Amino acid sequence: MRPLLLLLLVATGCDDCGATDEAEPVAEALPASAGLRSVADFADIADERERSAALFEEMGKVLLHPRCVNCHPAGERPLQRAGEPHQPHVVRGEDGHGAPGLPCASCHGEANFLTVPGNPHWHLAPAEMAWEGETLAAICEQIQDESRNGGKSMDELLEHMAEDELVAYGWEPPEHLEPAPGNQALFGQLAREWAATGAHCPREAAE
Amino acid sequence: MSVTIEINGEAREVDVAEDTPLLWVLRDHLGLTGTKYGCGVAQCGACTVHVDGVPRRACVTPVASVSGKSVVTIEGVEGPEADAVRSAWVELAVPQCGYCQSGQIMSAVALLRSRPTPSDEDIDRGMAGNICRCATYVRIRRAIGRAAGRSEGDEE
Repeated sequence: MRPLLLLLLVATGCDDCGATDEAEPVAEALPASAGLRSVADFADIADERERSAALFEEMGKVLLHPRCVNCHPAGERPLQRAGEPHQPHVVRGEDGHGAPGLPCASCHGEANFLTVPGNPHWHLAPAEMAWEGETLAAICEQIQDESRNGGKSMDELLEHMAEDELVAYGWEPPEHLEPAPGNQALFGQLAREWAATGAHCPREAAE
Repeated sequence: MSVTIEINGEAREVDVAEDTPLLWVLRDHLGLTGTKYGCGVAQCGACTVHVDGVPRRACVTPVASVSGKSVVTIEGVEGPEADAVRSAWVELAVPQCGYCQSGQIMSAVALLRSRPTPSDEDIDRGMAGNICRCATYVRIRRAIGRAAGRSEGDEE
């Protein structure tokens, strides 16, 4: 049973559809929030492939937001704020945690402090997971490719987007930075519905 | 609130708000003024200390976050890398005005501990967060090379 249908059943009730008290709890359908539409907003797209691609385009509002792109840079230098080169001129380093002598942790602590973002897992995505400058269609292909997504299966990818603690930072930056649209739980629901509808990708925009 | 932190191997108790920057505690409460205030926003490196061996900008470090950790400042840094850096700094007369130098030295020591024989690129990358308004960067790079045991010819 697809998540969208499950979500609708939770919302409308269903006495004879086979669900029992022993059934696994189903996440409540989350409403649209802060610029990110809900899964239900896509229910009227009859064609499943089109609905899947449309869901990914909605996810793109998050994926292409500076809170995400800044740590998936095309080069070895991260970005900051609205996508400016990071100051000071730090680099990814061998393990994504910065150069010897200048690790990310020199400035980024376990929590935001003053104007400096913080998170216990603060680091850059590996070079093969870079998507700065890529189209949403290309990113859609990339994140399903285990050679370019950190070796994640689809389940692991969905868990990463919906529950990863560093991903969560995207919605909890310091006050002077714009958070990613919506919230992580809603982003996670969109991602699960995208996967359940075939994980189809948007078409490349015509030149 | 009372916070106990280990500074240069000694437990020190200070009565400050938990979000007081470590730099303020070092300079204003403990009198350790070797660590400098430069920008206050982690852009210059003048306030670099070591927290559990990791270089850390004290101006953006809430004091509560270092409770139970070991903080080393320019007054207490020691060991073979610190000795080598100190000697090279003197031999090459690295400082000009000197204001940024305690931060430069703390970063240089951290670099050598994680990369004992750094290339010039390693040095540039590891020291990129430390700004010197007198532009002593060439001498800093040479001194780190010398501290790493490079011959004079390699430093040019």
